[in-house]
Order: sequence, then structure tokens, then C-alpha cells
Amino acid sequence: MLKMTHLSKVYRTEVVETYALRDFNIDVKEGEFVAVTGPSGSGKTTFLTIAGLLETFTGGEYHLDGIEVSQLDDNARSKIRNEKIGFIFQAFNLIPDLNVFDNVEVPLRYRGMKAAERKERIMNALDRVGLASRAKHYPAELSGGQQQRVAIARALAGTPRLLLADEPTGNLDTQMARGVLELLEEIHREGATIVMVTHDPELAARAQRNVHIIDGQVVDLAEDPRFHTAYTAAAGQIRG
Amino acid sequence: MSMFVYYLGLGWRSLRRNPVLTALMVMAIAFGVAASMITWSVFRVVSGNPIPWKSSQLYNVQIDNRGPQYNEPGNEPPDALNYTDAVALMQAHKAPHQTMLYDIAPSVLPQNANDLPSTTTGYATTADFFTMFDVPFKYGSPWTNADDDGHAAVAVISDALNQRLFGGANSVGRDVTLDMHAYRIVGVTEHWDPKPRYYDAYDNMEFANPAQVYISVNRAVDIHVGMAGRNNCGGAPAHFSNDEQWLHRECAWIPFWAELPTQADAERYKEFLTAYSAEQQQAGRFQWAPNVRLRNVTEWLDHEKVVPAESRISLFVSIGFFIICLVNTIGLLLAKFMRRSSEIGVRRALGATRREVYAQFLMEAATVGLAGGVLGLLLTIVGMQGIGLLFEPDVARLAHLDMSLLLTTLIVAVLATVIAAFYPTWRAAQVQPAWQLKSN
Repeated sequence: MLKMTHLSKVYRTEVVETYALRDFNIDVKEGEFVAVTGPSGSGKTTFLTIAGLLETFTGGEYHLDGIEVSQLDDNARSKIRNEKIGFIFQAFNLIPDLNVFDNVEVPLRYRGMKAAERKERIMNALDRVGLASRAKHYPAELSGGQQQRVAIARALAGTPRLLLADEPTGNLDTQMARGVLELLEEIHREGATIVMVTHDPELAARAQRNVHIIDGQVVDLAEDPRFHTAYTAAAGQIRG
Repeated sequence: MSMFVYYLGLGWRSLRRNPVLTALMVMAIAFGVAASMITWSVFRVVSGNPIPWKSSQLYNVQIDNRGPQYNEPGNEPPDALNYTDAVALMQAHKAPHQTMLYDIAPSVLPQNANDLPSTTTGYATTADFFTMFDVPFKYGSPWTNADDDGHAAVAVISDALNQRLFGGANSVGRDVTLDMHAYRIVGVTEHWDPKPRYYDAYDNMEFANPAQVYISVNRAVDIHVGMAGRNNCGGAPAHFSNDEQWLHRECAWIPFWAELPTQADAERYKEFLTAYSAEQQQAGRFQWAPNVRLRNVTEWLDHEKVVPAESRISLFVSIGFFIICLVNTIGLLLAKFMRRSSEIGVRRALGATRREVYAQFLMEAATVGLAGGVLGLLLTIVGMQGIGLLFEPDVARLAHLDMSLLLTTLIVAVLATVIAAFYPTWRAAQVQPAWQLKSN
């Protein structure tokens, strides 16, 4: 579903070259729930933005759903983002002037969908996240957890092949975070491929597979359950 | 269409988003467009082509009958003909249609004997005048060439004079008394008031009130109907008297027009004028080489400098003011759009192409422009009341609000704002979604 091979991302200034990603390799299969972890500045979000075609890369290859994306123009990249990818951000990124219904409608508008189909999809997505009754509310009238649910509904409404989540519970309290996580797990069980960037080891432990990034490189692809145990214990010690 | 409506809705929402910023932009556009439209309302009348469908076929004729010492710079001959030349050209009949005319201002006797006579204005001219200049008729028709040849006492009157004298009834066949002479009315024109009045720019009548009466020039000369326009006798002051001796003096007072359908016709006619002048030279009347001019309507209006300087200057100043307003609008739009970088980032992430970002923000600018246009329209209506402060009364009264001015105001406001929005929109479309989303 998502395969990056020897991918690099370099930020160049007149005096210095900074590698955000270096010889980066990852292969996410269809239907997987992968957590990407790593310290701040390790390149997690850069990976996610490149994966989501929000940013270009400097070298290597990236195949998304079988398509090599490096040569695609802005229109083609936008179309893939719109049709194949759903985004969930830490800061929710709802548009404050639009109500819940209109926020969820945004990606469907760019798909040129008819009004009746848009409405059906929006109400189904809102129903799924338990916010159908709040369709006319504005983001400022909702709690953080509800806003993130709207963002998830917005990502789901377009029935994407790939869901990219960047610290989806980072701005939520424990109870709200749990609710959002359960929702993501439910979506995954229904067949969606999810790639989630997180700092939170507990959250990462709920994923099928963890990918750890340090200094722009994948350092360990730990499918072994022992990795989870060791990682969780270590994280507990740090917090303790 | 669906996206157009969507963007329109977003634009409308955006108007309410930052009311102060929106108000500033709307006011800047409104004042700018209103100032431009008020001055434009005058300029379009004074600079317009009064007969666009025919202006390239109607030619004003000039013949140098007084010599280089009296001519304008560039050896420019007088702008009108003397009687001798005008009659000679009429008799030569080298154009399909031609006409000569002079201003008259006779008193008109009312139908009701208890009312006082009043002065009216008009022209002594020929039958072709009406055909050449496409004068619309309400009743009857022009007099005929036979009437001209027969020096018939016939008249065409305007709808306004017909209203005044006959209450608007069909007066064809009835008499009108001008300077104590009776004329048989053969036609009543519709309201007809081409601006500028190109055919009589010589007499500075470009923006005068509409003419009300027309009589046959041959009859007018016979009975010595006074000339109310300019006569230029090349530095030799002369009181117009209409007697035979005066008629043949080298004074310029008769605008002469020829209708020449093709460029080839115009060239042939100019050759004819040159040949005519050469004949006059050979006959000893002209002591100089043939010096003639043939100008079509637009060339003639340019030559006569019909557009008043104050109209041109005020238009330039107001357009300058509008540009300053638009530059301010660019800054305000830039601030407005860049405050929404986050929204742009989200929209891009969710599938909006750069083109769609352009479309959304240009449409938003168009909405601001439309609001500015509507307010500008109100300011234009108010401003038109004070137009007399800027222009001479003759010119100021020409300015009027009509549907085309209203539409132009709205279209100019929207278009100018959209053009002003190109840079802010371009900046908005450059927003990198990744950076926006990372920074959140």
C-alpha cells in the first residue's frame, strides 16, 4: 500500500544541508495499522507529510497504492490526496468558519460529488463518530475530543485507502484520547490501512506494528511482540 | 457551476469574518469606483462616437478659401466653407449624399394667439441632412431634394417643439411660423440629440440643447434668415447680412458634410476637392495651391478637440485615486488571505489543487468587489448630484445614470478587485500545506 525505498529528504540552505530523512525504507501492507514512533525532530512528521503527498522528497522512490508518485504534478497529487488518503491531525485542523457538516464536506467538494451523495456520506461518517446530532455546530462549540471525531469523520467520508494520523490524541485528555483510539481501532478492524505517528508508547503498543525513526532513518522494524514489551517497560521507567 | 456556488458561499462568509477589514476594503473600492464612474459618466458622453455605425462614412469638408496667412498652424484651412464653395459642391453632387447647414435661432409663433412668441434653435439645411445623419422621424418625413430645388417653405420640427406647439399631435401638413414666415411642416423628429453634435462642432454646439427646427437652406437664404453661429472672415470683421454680396465673401460659416460609403469614394472625393480648388486657383480666386481636408466623424471630433480638458484630467485623477484604493485593497486582501494560511493548508491536504485555491480566493475577492460595487453605486448616485461643481453646466448636465453606467460600475468594481487579488491569491496558493500543518 505504502512503500518507500531509499527515500531521502534534504533541506538545503546556502551554508548547510539538513537530512530530515535519509535512506528511509518502509513497506506498509494493505490493512495494516502501523505506529511510527521516535523522538522529537527524528523525522516522523516529515515522513507523514511525504507519505500524504503534502511534501516532495529529494531522492529514492515512493509507491503509493502501486503508483510511483515522484513525477506527479500538483493536480495529480491533489487528486490522490483527495481520493486515497485521509488525514487526522493533532490540532484537528477544522475550518473554524464552517460548521461540522461543511467541514466534513470539504474533501467531497473537491471530488465533484453530487449533493445527495455528499449528504449521505457526511451523515454516515458523522453517525459513525457519534456526532450526527452536531452537524450544525461550529468547531468552537465542540470539545477537543468531539473536534477530533469530526476530523476523523472528515477523513472517513471520502472512504480513503490510507488513513494518516499525526499524534491524533496529542491534544486530548486521557478519556477523550481513549475514545479516539477505540474509534481508530474500529476503523482498522473494518479494513482501513492506518499509519499513525505518535510519541505515546501506550498508543503505539495498540498498533499492529511499530516503526521507530531516529535521525531520519528507520532503525527497527519490530514485529516481534517482545519489542512492545521492552519498549513499553522502558517508557514506563522514563515516565516513572 | 456547483463549485462556483460553493466558492460564492465561502466568499459571502468571508465578508462577515473580519467585519472591520471587510468594511475597509469595501469602502476603498466603493470610493475609488464611484470617483471613477462619476467622471466617466461625463467623459463617455463627451468622448463617445455619436454615430458609430456610420462615423467612417460621414466626412466633414474643408477648403482653403482665404490663404495661408489666415490658416491655423499646419496650414489648416477653415473648419467651415463659405457660401460659394458650399453651393458649388452641392451642385457638383459628387457624393451620394451631401449637406450644408447653418445655425438659425428664429422666434416661433405659438398656436394660441394669447401666448408670447419664443426663441428656438435649429438649422437651415438640405434634405440629405436627415438621411445622412439618420434622423428618426415620429411623423412624416424629411422634405425632398425637389423641395430644396424649389426653395420650398418647408420645415421639420422636433418632438419637443411639436409638443409645445401642437400638444404632441401629428402636425404634418400644418404651418409653423418662424420669424413671421410660415413653413409647412413635413415631418416631426423623434427626440434626437447625438452627443457630441459632430455635424456642428464648428459652431461649438457639441453639447448644446437639441435643435428644434430645420428649414430648407435655399429658402432660408432667399428670405435672409439670420445666421446664429460663427462666421470667420479671416480677420476682417463682418456683420452677417445674408445679402448677395455678403454671401460670396470669403467668410467661413457653413459646415459641409459628404457621405462617402467606401475609402475609395473618399479618395475620389478628395481628388475632386483638390481639382475644384485648382480650378478656383486658375480662375484667380485662390492665390495658393489647393489645400483641402476630408475628415470622418471621429477624425473630425479629434481635430475639433471636442473632449474638454477638465473631463480628461478629472478622469485621469479619479482613475489614479481608484488605483491607490486598489493598492490598499491588495494589502488588505493579502492580510486577510494570509491569516487563513492554516485553512489553505487544510484544504490543500484534503485535495484542493492550486487552481482551486485560486478559484476560491479570486471568487472571495469578487464578492468583496461586488459589495464595493454596490456601495460605489450608491456613492455614484449621490456624487452625480454634485457633478456641477466639477464641470461647466453645459457638460455637467450631460452626465446621467443609466443601466449601462450601473452595470459598468459593478463590473469595474468586481473586475478591478479580482485583478487586485491576483497577487494575494498567488501568495495564498503558494502556502505549503506540510509547513502549515506541521506548525499546528
